[in-house]
Amino acid sequence: MSTTTAAAPVRTQSAPAPKHPPGHEPVHNYLLEPGPSPDVRGLARVWPTVKAWVTTVDHKRIGVMYLFAVSFFFAVAGIAALLVRAELMNPGSDFLTADEYNRMFTLHGVMMVFLFIVPSIPGSLGNFVLPIMLGVKDVAFPKLNLASFYVFIAGASIAVYAILSGGIDTGWTFYTPYSDETNTAVLPMTMAVFVAGFASILTGINFIVTIHKMRAPGLTWNRLPLFIWALYAVSIVQVLATPVVGITMILLAMERLLNIGIFDPALGGDPVLFQHFFWFYSHPAVYIMILPAFGVISELMGTFSRQKVFGYRAIALSSVAIAMLGFLVWGHHMFVSGQSPLSSIVFSLITFLIGVPSGIKVLNWVWTMYRGSVWLTTPMLYALSFLFLFTIGGLTGIMVGTLAVDVHLHDTYFVVAHFHYVMMGGTVMAMIGGLFYWWPKMFGRMMSETWGRISAGVVFFGFNMTFFTQFILGSQGMPRRYFTYLPEYHDLHQVSTIGSWFLGLGLLLVLGNMIWSLFKGKPAPGNPWGAATLEWTHATSPPDHHNFHRTPLVTHGPYDYGVLFSGDGYSGDGAGGDGSGGDGSRGPAPIPNPELGAPQEMEKSIDLGLAQPKPSRD
Amino acid sequence: MEREGTFWLPPQSSTTAHEVDALFYFILVMSVIIQVGVTYYLVKFAWKYRRRSHADRPVDVHPSKWLEISWVVVPTLLVFVVFFWGFKAFVSAGIAPDNAYQIHVVGKKWLWEFEYPDGTTSVGDLYVPVGEPIELIMTSTDVLHSFYVPEFRVKHDAIPNRYTTIWFEVKEEGEYQVLCTEYCGTAHSEMYAKVHAVDRGTFNDWLRTGGGNDNLPLNQLGELLYTKQACNNCHSVDGSSGIGPSWQGLWQAARPGSDEGVADANYIRTSIVNPNAYIVEGYQGAMPAYPNLTDRELNGLVAYIRDINGAWTAADSAAANDSTVVPADTLDVPTPDGDAELAPAD
Ligand code: HEM
Ligand SMILES: [Cu+2]
Repeated sequence: MSTTTAAAPVRTQSAPAPKHPPGHEPVHNYLLEPGPSPDVRGLARVWPTVKAWVTTVDHKRIGVMYLFAVSFFFAVAGIAALLVRAELMNPGSDFLTADEYNRMFTLHGVMMVFLFIVPSIPGSLGNFVLPIMLGVKDVAFPKLNLASFYVFIAGASIAVYAILSGGIDTGWTFYTPYSDETNTAVLPMTMAVFVAGFASILTGINFIVTIHKMRAPGLTWNRLPLFIWALYAVSIVQVLATPVVGITMILLAMERLLNIGIFDPALGGDPVLFQHFFWFYSHPAVYIMILPAFGVISELMGTFSRQKVFGYRAIALSSVAIAMLGFLVWGHHMFVSGQSPLSSIVFSLITFLIGVPSGIKVLNWVWTMYRGSVWLTTPMLYALSFLFLFTIGGLTGIMVGTLAVDVHLHDTYFVVAHFHYVMMGGTVMAMIGGLFYWWPKMFGRMMSETWGRISAGVVFFGFNMTFFTQFILGSQGMPRRYFTYLPEYHDLHQVSTIGSWFLGLGLLLVLGNMIWSLFKGKPAPGNPWGAATLEWTHATSPPDHHNFHRTPLVTHGPYDYGVLFSGDGYSGDGAGGDGSGGDGSRGPAPIPNPELGAPQEMEKSIDLGLAQPKPSRD
Repeated sequence: MEREGTFWLPPQSSTTAHEVDALFYFILVMSVIIQVGVTYYLVKFAWKYRRRSHADRPVDVHPSKWLEISWVVVPTLLVFVVFFWGFKAFVSAGIAPDNAYQIHVVGKKWLWEFEYPDGTTSVGDLYVPVGEPIELIMTSTDVLHSFYVPEFRVKHDAIPNRYTTIWFEVKEEGEYQVLCTEYCGTAHSEMYAKVHAVDRGTFNDWLRTGGGNDNLPLNQLGELLYTKQACNNCHSVDGSSGIGPSWQGLWQAARPGSDEGVADANYIRTSIVNPNAYIVEGYQGAMPAYPNLTDRELNGLVAYIRDINGAWTAADSAAANDSTVVPADTLDVPTPDGDAELAPAD
């Protein structure tokens, strides 16, 4: 087996397969299976691998394919964003006409929301780590999982078709009656959203069943990693909310095709009804976007603080509570839209009620570091960025949730800044942090730590320069979705545009780091971070085809470092590779904790990364 | 007339703006305190408890109940304060006083049209008396628009087939920017208008002179006049019958007896200035004369009639935007003869 893996074409000849510490080689590396025989050449050599990937039902491969797909859409939408910002460098038309600009920001918004951020973390990181964290071989319905990926690709292809056939200029919200009237590609785009929605629903169902039915022995609800809790909450929202947007899109399409008066006032319809339908999905969708990020941050804070996540239970249960209550606040997007003032008041109140728990989570995460042992790695830096940026996003959420103040701020750049702080400062930071964290597990290679830290700095700086200025622009009255603007807003727009270049550069560094690491990165040990969840303690990097040699037995919570590493002088941070092992004791000691089962029994599958190289600190 | 804004907010030019601003600053200060607190502990903990050696071991922490309870209770109380304050300000900024002066606002792609109680209309310029409550009753003829004056802190969507209202009272004379904040297509970002807040006397004068619509393209000016001069009482533009002939299909329609035998610019102009010069078959000569219309207004009406009959071209608009007014003497207007004016030519 090992001969075939070494010759598999996924890696170039010059980059040999990573060397693993003795006893830690994956037996069936999911990345490289099946290996074609070395003497086959050309297409015949590549084909079996390609075929194995595109027909795989392995959740890890599906996760990786999702990762590539959503990264691609993130890149396209990001380039659109840079163009939008560049056009705003000066008032008037620089290189886009007004109509092109309108299509461009719609492309950016639609892609970022429906093709990137909604499927991002659940599709890629979720698919990859969920079963391993649960200590099982795969999700409950592996074929459904593959199907959901292809449904997503189908939806995305329709969206690409819509863009190629002239694009669409309604904004990602598709508000009627504008979307009834415009002669751009509204029909294909609504179909794209409709189809992509099914992928979301299928993934949700799959995760719910997997979490309910397929946990390793001993993995009680109280011991579930918080990332799993978050995915669980998200899945509920996906299953319940997505059909609403699907139906809304269908109604809009029918109205355009058949001229029925549902939303179009010219036909006797009600345009505000569309907004109710739309936000009834899209507000909960905000939780689809942010809850997985909460999960990732919980993992990062726990692992890199070496500490129980503060308020574990509160975080776990409030995620579910927020997910459910999130269905009751959609009207806070409509304070100036013509809904009744009484509704506005009620929506504002409920918004505050469920906003508080999200804010409190930040404090829990910060306090997780208290008296911990904080390891400032790249993923941790992204997690800390998240805490800082998401706090700003949350606090400005109070601004826009407050009735009288929102009347002034609604549909200005203040809102644009607010949701970028939440979606990009929140979800995207968490996703990048999570990628740096799980990358060694996914690909068996370490990313460059130095460049990782530099990228975190550049992204943080660029992000604030781009979007903090927009708070001021907005409160000064600059409306959003404006192709051109009045001279008094010029300076701040320029600062924001230049900031977007730093942001773009930072993201490019992240991408470069990833590609570099695939070819040149140091081989990853099983547990480079010394984390305590199953995918690190009981699986190789990258994991075996079936994840585990034998089913793990769970006897403690996901962040019980105290129990795990008590009393043997073991630091468990994977940084002991220089042989010093901290206080002198060294060696791949089996976990000296009787609760985990007899050491001999677990020896083969437990890999705490003891005798391993340092995570690359180039 | 000093109207200084701040770093965060534009000048407060309406009577309710200060209330919104006070709340804005309250939340801002509260947020800054929280943000600084979070950042302080974030940096402090990350630094103080950073891992110095591989042997570093976390200390088992037993979370303090009081800490947890306090950070649930305090933010909850704070947001309740904010909610009630916002609620109060929302109500006072939302309910117009009974004596408010009402102006109708129509949003269209891509202009704002204002109609005053006396029938005066203006486009792109809203004149209001300063120091009096003004209520805007808004609607739209096509898609959603949103009427926004940053300096007044008011905003509301204008929705087709429905009225929405906002009100404000301007504190100082001056000009204020109106923006459209609900995305409405190509020229959304140029759907500007100006609020001119003037004293009552100037305002009355302005109303009396009908608020000269100097900058309007001719066809739009004509459309305005169509309602403003009450042409719509007798003439439909959709072909339906009325006291007078519909303007639909009028352009170039056969009009036996006129100079060219068809309804052209001259024919229309004459019919307005001297309604009895030609009487269309089947109608009484019931139309009043409009001797006070300016040349530009007459041209506007002609343009409007051409426009609704599909004979107004892009070139015309361009020309109209250059405000090329067809000089009156190029049009050959038959002098009304005295008799015809008195006795209907029946
Ligand atoms: C490179 C980073 C980014 C930059 C420079 C950027 C910039 C912008 C700009 C300039 C706008 C137009 C604002 C307006 O005219 O109203 C915009 C809109 C938007 N952005 Fe981003 N953005 C970035 C990343 C993201 C991310 C990561 C997301 C979410 C995952 C996102 C979601 C949106 C959405 C939903 C809109 C609204 C589009 C609409 O109005 O229809 N953006 N962004
Ligand atoms: Cu508009």
